Amino acid sequence: MRNNLDIKLAFGGMALLLVMVGFMQSWGVALAILNLCLISAVMSMGVNIQWGYSGLINFGVMGFLAIGGFATIIVSVPPVTEAWSAGGFGIILSGLILFILIASIFFVHQKFQSKYKNYLLFFLVISVIPIMKLVAGPSISAIESIDAATSGFLGGFDLPIILSWFVGAFFAAIIAFVIGKVCLGLRSDYLAISTLLISGIIVSYVKHEEWLTRGVKNVTGLKRPAPFEVDLQNSDWFVNFIEYLFKGRLSKVTDFDEKIILLNDLVMTSSSIFVKLCFSLIFSIVLITLLVFSEKALRSPWGRMMRAIRDNEDAAKAMGKNVVKRHLHIFMIGSAIIGFSGAMLVTYDGLFTPASYQPLRYTFIIWVMVLLGGTGNNYGAIIGAFVVWFIWIESAPFALFVINTLMSGIDNTNQLKMHLIDSIPYFRYLMMGLGLLVVMRYRPKGLLPEKIIKN
Amino acid sequence: MYFSAKNLTGGYGGVNIIEECSFEVNQGEIVSILGPNGAGKSTAMKAMLGILDLKEGEVILDGKNITKLKTQDRIKSGISFVPQTNNIFTELTVQENLEMGAFLTDGDISARIREMYDLFPIMNEKQDQLAGELSGGQRQQVALARALMTNPKVLMLDEPTAGVSPVVMDEIFEHILNIKKQNIAVLMVEQNARQALDISDRGYILVTGRNAYEGSGDYLLNDDEIRKSFLGG
Amino acid sequence: MDFLNAIVLLTNYIIVPALTYGSQLALGAIGVTLIYGVLRFANFAYGDLMAFATMVVILTTWYLQSLGITFGLLPTAILALPVGILATIILSLFFDKTVFKYYRDKKSEPVILIVVSIGVMFILNAIVRIIIGPGDVIFMDGARFIMKAGEFKKMTGLNEGIALKSTQVITFITTIVTCSILFYFLNKTKTGKSMRAYSNNEDLALLSGIDPTKIIIYTWVIVSILATIAGSLYGLDKSFKPLSYWNNLLPIFAATIVGGIGNPLGAFYGGFVIAFTEIGLTYAYKKFLVYLLPEQLEPSSLVQYISTDYKFAISFAILVVVLIYRPNGIFKGKVI
Repeated sequence: MRNNLDIKLAFGGMALLLVMVGFMQSWGVALAILNLCLISAVMSMGVNIQWGYSGLINFGVMGFLAIGGFATIIVSVPPVTEAWSAGGFGIILSGLILFILIASIFFVHQKFQSKYKNYLLFFLVISVIPIMKLVAGPSISAIESIDAATSGFLGGFDLPIILSWFVGAFFAAIIAFVIGKVCLGLRSDYLAISTLLISGIIVSYVKHEEWLTRGVKNVTGLKRPAPFEVDLQNSDWFVNFIEYLFKGRLSKVTDFDEKIILLNDLVMTSSSIFVKLCFSLIFSIVLITLLVFSEKALRSPWGRMMRAIRDNEDAAKAMGKNVVKRHLHIFMIGSAIIGFSGAMLVTYDGLFTPASYQPLRYTFIIWVMVLLGGTGNNYGAIIGAFVVWFIWIESAPFALFVINTLMSGIDNTNQLKMHLIDSIPYFRYLMMGLGLLVVMRYRPKGLLPEKIIKN
Repeated sequence: MYFSAKNLTGGYGGVNIIEECSFEVNQGEIVSILGPNGAGKSTAMKAMLGILDLKEGEVILDGKNITKLKTQDRIKSGISFVPQTNNIFTELTVQENLEMGAFLTDGDISARIREMYDLFPIMNEKQDQLAGELSGGQRQQVALARALMTNPKVLMLDEPTAGVSPVVMDEIFEHILNIKKQNIAVLMVEQNARQALDISDRGYILVTGRNAYEGSGDYLLNDDEIRKSFLGG
Repeated sequence: MDFLNAIVLLTNYIIVPALTYGSQLALGAIGVTLIYGVLRFANFAYGDLMAFATMVVILTTWYLQSLGITFGLLPTAILALPVGILATIILSLFFDKTVFKYYRDKKSEPVILIVVSIGVMFILNAIVRIIIGPGDVIFMDGARFIMKAGEFKKMTGLNEGIALKSTQVITFITTIVTCSILFYFLNKTKTGKSMRAYSNNEDLALLSGIDPTKIIIYTWVIVSILATIAGSLYGLDKSFKPLSYWNNLLPIFAATIVGGIGNPLGAFYGGFVIAFTEIGLTYAYKKFLVYLLPEQLEPSSLVQYISTDYKFAISFAILVVVLIYRPNGIFKGKVI
């Protein structure tokens, strides 16, 4: 077991920081940071499993997150019956044809013996797109024209949204299987570039296939596993609860109208905090479960084998371990976790915005978390997520504070000052970059380096 | 002696691979360094070149102590080295390899290049071919020519005939004999002990990092003990 | 059968844009491949380096314009290029000294260098957006068109016209000139050959007396020049938007690998391969076929292989295929 003191110190520090934010800014902000940290912690654990256990560089995180997000809408959004009747059958038929095409490609690849094999393969692969256009085209147009402004897509299956998290993991695992089969043999930096580019293809698809995802028109108003603020504000039990909680403060106000206004304010802020707390609870359960499983797996015979492979692949191969298969498993598991977290994120946001999936924000920031926290260990990934998110969110008010202090004498309408204040959103990228460079130079193993696990 | 190394002691990390090794070679001599695998032959050569740090020992070239000099400076002083592997620029043409060999030389090197083509006639037709496309034996010739471009006084070769066929090995040793005729001091580490001794004026046999035997080529070849232990009977 | 119109159509919509785009990619890819070949890492900060270089060029252009200096028919930015180049060289050498050198000396794994280049990427990205903002900047001036479509039609009497923007011609010509100079340098000069030697076999290069420090400086200088020219030409042709430079890095990587990583000539060709494929596969050939085929065979659909939405996806697909079947690139290159 690693040095418990390190972990306790790290987590204790984070808790302290959050409490400070709560007092100095607001509890809403503190909880927002906490929730995003929890979601990102799951993301970085997924990445860390691939990198730390197997040394695989997955720069395609953004793609798996998009898949997870996609799962939320396809699972939880109610179906658009008109669209289904207009084009549903055509889509299903096209899906079958696609399946047949892909199966035949695999068949030719594995079993076909002929000197024309590669030509046939090439021809089959490039013909997939025109065939699909031909077969699915009319259905797609039909679907997209149904109520284009508010709908224009197939919708989902109207199931509980938490189910979508598991579906997201499942989809991500399947895609990871395909990518893995194709790319995992490549050298590390080529794997990095390939996964980066493939994630670009995935996000392109999600952005442009409006009949499936609404594309850049976004899907809003998603379901929640927690109550909606409005509902809380309108429910008697909640209002009574708040009244009870803040009895003291309310009794100090004598004027009845003022009392009502104060109560309303309290109910509003409390409802938002209550919702955030609900999410925190759910996310924490997910994270802790994941952590327990991962740590158990790490100490199991399977975990030992994975570490052996990572530390000396050639020796492991010589001992007969099927390294390629193991790498594929790890890649799939890690990607599934990333997909899961992608669904979590979209659920928390309440909307699915395909255009927001950018590599800088969704792939590389996660990598900064993993590297900063400590590669190869789960607690490190969690700490990394917390630290990065904390800096990310707090760098804006911090930068503002610094600018105001340094330029306190200067007028607020000064060009330079205004320009600097406008640029505050970019300071956090600066800090990310500097933080990453500093950590890689002076503490390359991260804040919580992996300790050798003695068995 | 023109070039000598005395009491070389050193290795990688904390472990010494060679202990108190000494060699010397004169201009116009071919001296072989032989011995079983792991004896430290290549290590000793790297030490003389300054690629390996020495714990003790000194290297003297033409009376000057060059022990403290960096490898690049030793090269500028007149030593040239042909490594065992990766000893040509595979993606440069034969001509360009030679030009790179003379990198430290200012001025016109075309005369020198012509001399190399005379010494290694095969390269004439291959001037503009990528060195990496040549056969093993031809590559070794390019490697030798590259090293000779600076008009070195001392030429060090690390297993010049490693992995080549017997015919090519004979060719390479022919070339080395020609190089000796140019009054260059040739020091070579070799695995093919018998053939190496055949063309060597003198030889040293290293065993587990120490000088074990030395003597003229003939002496080493004809001594029964040595022949049985190191030259395969 | 209207051959001429068909050819003019193809020229206007495929050949001219692809030559322009290909030039932009080629310049970028050569820079990336040089860094990979000599400095031995995939530089993820290259896109933002181009953005930085272009930013300096833009600021200088504005300064020149404020002084009333222009370049006649040509864009003023061309006068500002030397300043951009100088600034970029200084910046590159700075980052090399403070960041990359440490890991190079330690002979760190390629991954570490990629990660560190990502750190530099974040910093550069932030600096550019802080200084010049994230929005679109248009800094083109001078004559916009060398020939307008209408003029062409009048001149030739054809149905279809060719529009030639000055930036397209400038881009292509500049690229050809720059690359010719570069390849002459690499293949015919001693310094250039020493760079290739160092890239091919570092140990032997050191043994030959080649000074690594000088090689590294030369490399960054060349890379900075290429980045400034590529970035500025791209910005003149389209517009300057910091994030788009990052996005363009991906097809540039594709071009680099397709051409064989470490192989500058391959990178040059790779840029055009990617450009022509991207544009060629997303063009709607309906009108083209209408000109060529007799009336009965005229197609009714757009005859577009894949929609332009997927432009980037095409180069990525090409890249992935190349990586699997010919990881050394389509042209002979090397794998370090």
